[in-house]
Amino acid sequence: MRNHIDGFEGLSPEDAERLEQSGIALSSENRCGSFFQTDQDIRHTSCSYEGIEMLPTAEALKKYDWLKDYYWNLVDKDKDEYTRYVAAQEPRGFTIIAKKGSKNIFPLQTCLFMATDDIQTVHNIIIAEEGAELHLITGCVSSHSVGQGSHYGITELYVGKDALISTTMIHTWGENVTVVPRSSARVEENGTFLSNYISMKPVKRVQMYPEARLTGENAIARFSSVILAPKGSELDLGQRAILEAKGSSAELLSRVITRGGTVISRSHIIGMAEETRGHIECNGLILEDGIIHAIPEIEGRLTNTSLSHEASVGKIAQDEIEYLMARGLSEEEATATIIRGFLDVKIQGLPESLQRQIDAAIDAAEDGF
Amino acid sequence: MLNVENLHVEVDGKEVIHGVNLRIPVGETHVLMGPNGSGKTTLLRSIMGFSNYTVTEGQITFRGRDVTNLPLHQRARYGMGLMFQRPPTISGLKLGKLLDVMSGGNPTKAHEYAEMMNMNSFLDRDLNANFSGGEIKRSEVLQLMVQQPDFVMLDEPESGVDLENIVLIGKAIAQLVEKERHIVNRKKSGLIITHTGFILDYLEADTGHMLCNGEIRCHGNPREILKVIKERGYQECIECAII
Ligand SMILES: Nc1ncnc2c1ncn2[C@@H]1O[C@H](COP(=O)(O)OP(=O)(O)O)[C@@H](O)[C@H]1O
Ligand SMILES: [Mg+2]
Repeated sequence: MRNHIDGFEGLSPEDAERLEQSGIALSSENRCGSFFQTDQDIRHTSCSYEGIEMLPTAEALKKYDWLKDYYWNLVDKDKDEYTRYVAAQEPRGFTIIAKKGSKNIFPLQTCLFMATDDIQTVHNIIIAEEGAELHLITGCVSSHSVGQGSHYGITELYVGKDALISTTMIHTWGENVTVVPRSSARVEENGTFLSNYISMKPVKRVQMYPEARLTGENAIARFSSVILAPKGSELDLGQRAILEAKGSSAELLSRVITRGGTVISRSHIIGMAEETRGHIECNGLILEDGIIHAIPEIEGRLTNTSLSHEASVGKIAQDEIEYLMARGLSEEEATATIIRGFLDVKIQGLPESLQRQIDAAIDAAEDGF
Repeated sequence: MLNVENLHVEVDGKEVIHGVNLRIPVGETHVLMGPNGSGKTTLLRSIMGFSNYTVTEGQITFRGRDVTNLPLHQRARYGMGLMFQRPPTISGLKLGKLLDVMSGGNPTKAHEYAEMMNMNSFLDRDLNANFSGGEIKRSEVLQLMVQQPDFVMLDEPESGVDLENIVLIGKAIAQLVEKERHIVNRKKSGLIITHTGFILDYLEADTGHMLCNGEIRCHGNPREILKVIKERGYQECIECAII
């Protein structure tokens, strides 16, 4: 007997499936807490793990006076029309505080669901205190019945000393939905920030450039994106790491496939402290005429930084396809096998359950190849 | 098993194979020798059916069927197999995953073979990525074991392989061509490109062919041909052609 989480009941079977494809478990099994926002209404917030507190951001700001220093701190309120729009609303979205030394084995899940043709706003604050380890999966989903709509989301992440935050965001939007996230992370000494983003479904437009500032010694940031752009989708994506402290390092990885859509895949690492390292891997496959514009940027500002990148865009090499055909696979089977391999990103430091969720989201799109 | 008649092959608009005839009966293993650039790899890849090897004349018959115009994977499904000299790296595709796809639902056997080829720890690695010379050959042999072709072509199986791995690879290849069976019962055939003949320590070959400038110049006992090459190099073969 599955124990449905309040707020999730009453979803149509189509929408329930879309949530599950975005990594959201409709029962509380294997999750240590859930947050569910439909349009601008917060339907559910729960967290069973003692060391972690999750609450709606509006409530959190009332409860903790100190939180105002974390609100509009990493993201500039006046950055653009979208941040200004969000700032003008009552804050929606969630705040998570992982207390010192806490560690969740089962991830928290947060679901941002759009059910009507409107603008959804969120402002999330995620804090991992010293030594805490926090794993979060966020499903961003629009109902199959939504015609057009927009989602503007602010996320500010604070990774404390020796702490780790992993966020895995899976998008399942619609053909006429516009999505504009604005997020920024700060990583302190020996902290690790893992940011994973998967988008395999149609969307009208996504524009984002999340950033991590590595302000503590030996801090680590790893961004991974797996993107499929169907015809009509336009994704302008970036990921940036600023290596501000000695010994900090970053890896930015993206695997992009277009089936007629447009993807701008930006990555930028700035090395501005001693003994910093950074690497960008940016690979694109064009399966049907569309655009993949890869822009890897590496910017070193002193001698003792080491930055590199590799980028490729094009079709699958014929010799790879024929290699598998010589083993008896048809051309279609060989192509599908190579594509699945291309998208097979294994994220170091991610719990097995979240890796499986990522794999499942990619597998779910596989029939489209 | 295989019958190649008057085969002419063009690569990038240039003819590389000029009228080769080659017959390999069921149960026999032949070796193909010849200097660098003489067309050995081209001949194997044309028989297998790769796209940029254009047959302009002649015919390839395999197990009684004309396969000259058949796509690559169909030839593989009829029982041809090829060990690549320099296989491409496929990033993201794990060796284990490929074996699973190839063995279609019966991966147990694949894991047994992996154990035999000492490749267990490579199943989670990207196909051929940073594999050493010996590891590439072991991975190729492992894939062929899963594939179980009736006719296997091996392109320089011993090049770049240390002595320890030669033993392993040599024995595995002998198994692929059923050398443990009596010739009367043997159903498998092979064609092996070799410069050194080291591989012949593990499996006897029935016939040797010497390829020079895209033509087969002589047939004969493989050990005798190799002996001549070892003593006098390929010069004699080249001169032989001129006469
Ligand atoms: N893809 C190719 N493009 C152009 N020339 C090729 C290609 N493949 C082989 N050749 C040419 O064909 C000839 C035979 O090559 P190859 O079959 O590799 O010889 P071998 O295996 O005997 O060393 C060489 O002259 C080589 O340069
Ligand atoms: Mg060769």
